[in-house]
Amino acid sequence: MTHMLPISFWLNGQMIALDVPTHTLLIDLIRDKLGLKGTKRSCDMEVCGACTVLLDGEPISSCTMLAVDVDQREITTIEGVTPPDGLSRVQKAFVLHGGLQCGFCTPGFIMAVTALLKATPHPTDEEIRHYLHGNLCRCTGYTKIFEAVKSLASEQASENAI
Amino acid sequence: MLPSPFEFDRPSTIEDAIRGVGESGDGMFYSGGTELLLAMKMRVIHTDRLIDIKGIFGLNRICLNEANDIEIGARCTHAKIASDPVIREHVPALSSLCANVANIRVRSVGTIGGNLCFGEPHADPPTLLAALNARLVLIGRDGTRVVPADDFIRSELETIREPDELLTLIVFPCPNGPVTYRRFKHGERPSVNVAMAWSIDAGKATIKGARVRVGALGSRPQPLKVVEDALRGLPVREVRSAIEAVLTTALDELEVNEDRHGGADYKRHLAGVLLLRNVEEAISVGGGA
Repeated sequence: MTHMLPISFWLNGQMIALDVPTHTLLIDLIRDKLGLKGTKRSCDMEVCGACTVLLDGEPISSCTMLAVDVDQREITTIEGVTPPDGLSRVQKAFVLHGGLQCGFCTPGFIMAVTALLKATPHPTDEEIRHYLHGNLCRCTGYTKIFEAVKSLASEQASENAI
Repeated sequence: MLPSPFEFDRPSTIEDAIRGVGESGDGMFYSGGTELLLAMKMRVIHTDRLIDIKGIFGLNRICLNEANDIEIGARCTHAKIASDPVIREHVPALSSLCANVANIRVRSVGTIGGNLCFGEPHADPPTLLAALNARLVLIGRDGTRVVPADDFIRSELETIREPDELLTLIVFPCPNGPVTYRRFKHGERPSVNVAMAWSIDAGKATIKGARVRVGALGSRPQPLKVVEDALRGLPVREVRSAIEAVLTTALDELEVNEDRHGGADYKRHLAGVLLLRNVEEAISVGGGA
């Protein structure tokens, strides 16, 4: 029996095919093997959200996901939601509202908020808090992050109203 | 990287999975990995082979069957149960419980079966499933057995499941009265939780029977027998006074572990508060008094 398995998956819209050891974690594949350093490792136990990536559009902790498990699936990282010529609207809102300081938790927050807005374009205050309660930030006190997300929710609502 | 490599099998049938896990060395069933991979990282669990059950057809099904039982496939994720229309309609308390397990990332991949099989005392589903009188279907080499949720978790991180038995299904009678669940937590896991399920007579005035379970207090969910006895056959309008009369006795009978979630007296007190909140909700949604 081999401890290497072939996998192929979409990473930020690009097809990747390679052999991975069975005990490789997704975060190590993304950061060390594929060189995308935007995804951060922090608590390493699915609590803090710094390593959040999207698996088929759903947020997951890449620190506690086997690389072999993304075979035939679609992974989106912070690099995949950042336009080549600037920032996404979620990222812009975080900058505008001061939703980041040291920035370490930010990629995870951006991924979670991106998934939230896709599933629920106009989240209520309660829905925003509920969705994001599993992402930890030690700098901002969350108020600015919440305001950033709230601005996006209402911005979309008013766009639709027009 | 996890500490050491392992074989990784992706069987497509229950039979192949059971055969695969029992072959040689230490094989383990695997689905979301939200508990198992953490334990492997911490080197408290070692395995030679993971048997990924995600490719087995039918293990993520939810339905109301012809016997009026609700069936939940063991590898349903918390997110799936939270949003399932059958669960939302018939057991909104379970829907809400699953919508609040840990965090959004854990709910995306973590399964209810994995949660049960891990036997973590500070967990949400075991308490409510015990109150719902759920039965768990285990399939092994020697056939199928069905065990009550009450008997499944033996102690802390220990269940009656044999290593080569696969938990496939969770089944419980469709409730015919209010089902409520309350937890108190500081972080991701409940410090104390209380679940209650009443069966109510057709006129909604009298409780025919009640199941009350307190979890995370001791090593496994515990029944509050004294409260259950007090509620049996009781008119709903007398519930508050009946519970207040027996509450201290009932709480004193509970096994309580002091841990980082709090001291014994504090946790016992929380159980009482949560029980009374369950009662208020049950009266308002189902009792009519």
